[in-house]
Amino acid sequence: MDAPAGTIDTFPRLLLRHAQTLGDRPAIREKYLGIWQAWTWGQMRGEVEALACGLAQAGLGRGAHLAVIGANRPRLYWAITAAQSLGAIPVPFYEDAVAQEMVYVFQDAEIAYAIVEDQEQADKLLEILPQCPKLKHIWYDDSRGLRHYGQPELAPYERLRDAGREKAHAEPHFFAAEIARGAPTDTAIMMYTSGTTGHPKGVVLSHDNLIASSRAYAELERLTHEEEVLAYLPMAWIGQNLFSYAQWMVVGFRINCPESADTVMNDMREIGPTYYFAPPRVLEGLLTAVTIRMEDASWVKRRMFQYFMELARRVGSRLLDGLPVAIHDHLLYFLGDLFVYAPLKNALGMSRVRVAYTAGEAIGPDLFVFYRSLGINLKQLYGSTETSVMVCVQPDGAVKPDTVGPPMKGVEIRVLESGEIVLRCPGLFRAYYKNDDATREAKDAEGWFHTGDAGFFDSTGHLKIIDRAKDVGKLSDGTLFAPKYLENKLKFFPYIKEAVAFGHGRGEATAMLNIDVQAVGDWAERRGIPYSGYTDLAAKPEVAELLRGCVEKVNADLSRDERLCGSQIHRFVVLHKELDADDGELTRTRKVRRGFIGEKYATIVDALYAGAERCIVEAQVRFEDGRVGSVRAELSVHRAKTYAAQALAA
Amino acid sequence: MNLRELEPGTGQRKVGEVILAVEGVALAFGGVKALSDVSFDVREHEIRAIIGPNGAGKSSMLNVLNGVYRPQQGRITFRGETRSHMDPHRSAELGIARTFQSLALFKGMSVLDNILAGRNLMMKCNLLLQALRVGPALREEIEHRRRVEEIIDFLEIQHVRKTPVGRLPYGLQKRVDLGRALAAEPRVLLLDEPMAGMNVEEKQDMSRFILDVNDEFGTTIVLIEHDMGVVMDLSDRIVVLDYGRKIADGTPDEVRASQAVIDAYLGVKH
Repeated sequence: MDAPAGTIDTFPRLLLRHAQTLGDRPAIREKYLGIWQAWTWGQMRGEVEALACGLAQAGLGRGAHLAVIGANRPRLYWAITAAQSLGAIPVPFYEDAVAQEMVYVFQDAEIAYAIVEDQEQADKLLEILPQCPKLKHIWYDDSRGLRHYGQPELAPYERLRDAGREKAHAEPHFFAAEIARGAPTDTAIMMYTSGTTGHPKGVVLSHDNLIASSRAYAELERLTHEEEVLAYLPMAWIGQNLFSYAQWMVVGFRINCPESADTVMNDMREIGPTYYFAPPRVLEGLLTAVTIRMEDASWVKRRMFQYFMELARRVGSRLLDGLPVAIHDHLLYFLGDLFVYAPLKNALGMSRVRVAYTAGEAIGPDLFVFYRSLGINLKQLYGSTETSVMVCVQPDGAVKPDTVGPPMKGVEIRVLESGEIVLRCPGLFRAYYKNDDATREAKDAEGWFHTGDAGFFDSTGHLKIIDRAKDVGKLSDGTLFAPKYLENKLKFFPYIKEAVAFGHGRGEATAMLNIDVQAVGDWAERRGIPYSGYTDLAAKPEVAELLRGCVEKVNADLSRDERLCGSQIHRFVVLHKELDADDGELTRTRKVRRGFIGEKYATIVDALYAGAERCIVEAQVRFEDGRVGSVRAELSVHRAKTYAAQALAA
Repeated sequence: MNLRELEPGTGQRKVGEVILAVEGVALAFGGVKALSDVSFDVREHEIRAIIGPNGAGKSSMLNVLNGVYRPQQGRITFRGETRSHMDPHRSAELGIARTFQSLALFKGMSVLDNILAGRNLMMKCNLLLQALRVGPALREEIEHRRRVEEIIDFLEIQHVRKTPVGRLPYGLQKRVDLGRALAAEPRVLLLDEPMAGMNVEEKQDMSRFILDVNDEFGTTIVLIEHDMGVVMDLSDRIVVLDYGRKIADGTPDEVRASQAVIDAYLGVKH
């Protein structure tokens, strides 16, 4: 155990090391009963040891799978390390997945053991028990509501831990011996990809995959064990796993679990993370909240905000990149910081952020620039579950809104004829679980991984991603049509929650829009427009006018781009219901499933292209409790103004 | 279907002895008879509903139970002690807490302070010590705060802990009112139309909380509710009042089948 930290090669060994060298420092905190409760690395070692012994006692062996389901809770993190200590493989699940979505993974991975957060998750597993006969043990963290459940499979977490403590006491060397048996090439975790098509695939990642990726980031950003990180994203997402588990274990910083999903903003303000990771939708949500609050602010504050944000847009990013800025702008920016930027960053909980990353989806350039202009060092990175998120990252001082940066050290990238990006990297996954065909398809004989993303290198060697390779299409006249590019542009408006663009093989581009009920509702209230609910609000002619303005702005913007000018949006509809992962319209990471939506709402798509004024749509909706109902609505097709490229160039 | 039947293993849930009983209670306001000769009992740990059409005397009955009204006739037995009437302060001390149809919260105070106010009967230290926050008062305050935080966690209202109650949506205010009642650690909880004015989702949440309170703390619950679906799902036994008289008493299935109840709700030809 005296090896230098940089050569320790499995997560459980990293835990032992931190327990030795950082024993008294907090490793993980959770806000409970209004107070941040902390566990040191030393205490965490004890908890993980007890849990590992308990799991071993229950029969969890090397190579077996352990389901981990729930929000970010210390005990669920310990469950991951405990499983890894035994050479077993943790499989995290999205906590908001409905029961039937879990069935496939339980069957595919032949999962016999599960540690879950609470009654909600336990109920789901009990529901699918008949379909998953291999599942034998379900331990729950929070016993609330479970007191009178009599199923033999169920047991409280405490029972597992206490049994483990006894075993640990009787066999004090068991834990260390199990850890010693582990190898860096062992599987550390299996993450199921959300799968925009077909069944999810289990991505097998080894300890050295994740550790190599974590070390690369830690080195690049000079991370230390002083960093504070908020662990608030779904555990089943590789981004969360890498930044809040793998890097946490590698660097030895602190992670903080929020009190509940609704308190994240407040908890973030209290913790003041120094290292922050957020997918674009979270950043978008924060910006929407800020925009709404600014509309409520007094006239003076509003003017001040507008004035200084204008200045920030002009010089903020340049200052952050260390580029020259006129002296009076320097002074003004200083004032702006005093009056606007610093208080705003404080309200966002980002005052102490040293490095912030965004990934998971392309980020709208305007959204990206907003954060950077405030002086928050937000950077884009590119990676996927299969690459342990290690492909490209923007280096300090060379951040561009529309690229994901140059390849990281040790990553080789090629762009194929078709525009698809292929790569080799140390974080590259072993295989898809029990799916050799898919593995061979994704990873060729020489180890090149086919990402499925389309992109190219710009003149400075930064990689630019346009869309999924299979989604990039052409209008019938041959104009380039990149749907996600259009959707992102639309989604930057606070009033638009989701957008789905159509146009491949068609004469012109069209779109379906989802209103952001919070922002549009607020807007409507301010104007005294009454509405009864989501569907009613979305159908208001005033709302259609509001969105038409947004679409036309996007069109004006597109007309400035030579290649994309042809894909301006001619017509759009405002959907009567929110696109929802429960209805299969979004993936669990909230990416739109364009193909599925196109089929489901074929009548709308037809109406968009038939020149109809209205269309009637009937759609199935799945309620949160699993029941299915249907919603019928009549939608109007709206036209938007398009711009000629020359007119604007002139 | 009764919600409880959906939960496996609930056979173990223990409904105990009679904890609260009223016998022959009659209450009149001048010439208006609000209640006449009403008798029923409530067993420990059960969920007991009182239903009836508008003006049937449900709220009056609840007010008799916690001593706001003094009945002219009848007896009330609580935890083995029989009285002709309760009085509000005494009933609170004995372990009866209630929520109100038209919310009884301090609108300008935070959620936390409102719930803390529900514990005032348990604050032992005198005002001076509390104000100075010294010695035993400080220890006591920490203990009270912990209990309040447990309730906040239980009712999942952490995100509004410090928000003034007046700024919360109605459904959340109802939840805070429940929290305030729970803060007194009651043996018996009287709920006056806990779902009134709520949407379906809020009703589902509230039902879940009522069941959880009953399960987790073993609190006996007496509730008045208009939503028949909710009543049938939640309750172990139901008393039906009409024009101040008891017209039925039994399990949800028995009550549903009772001709008197059907007549009272749907009306009969005279």
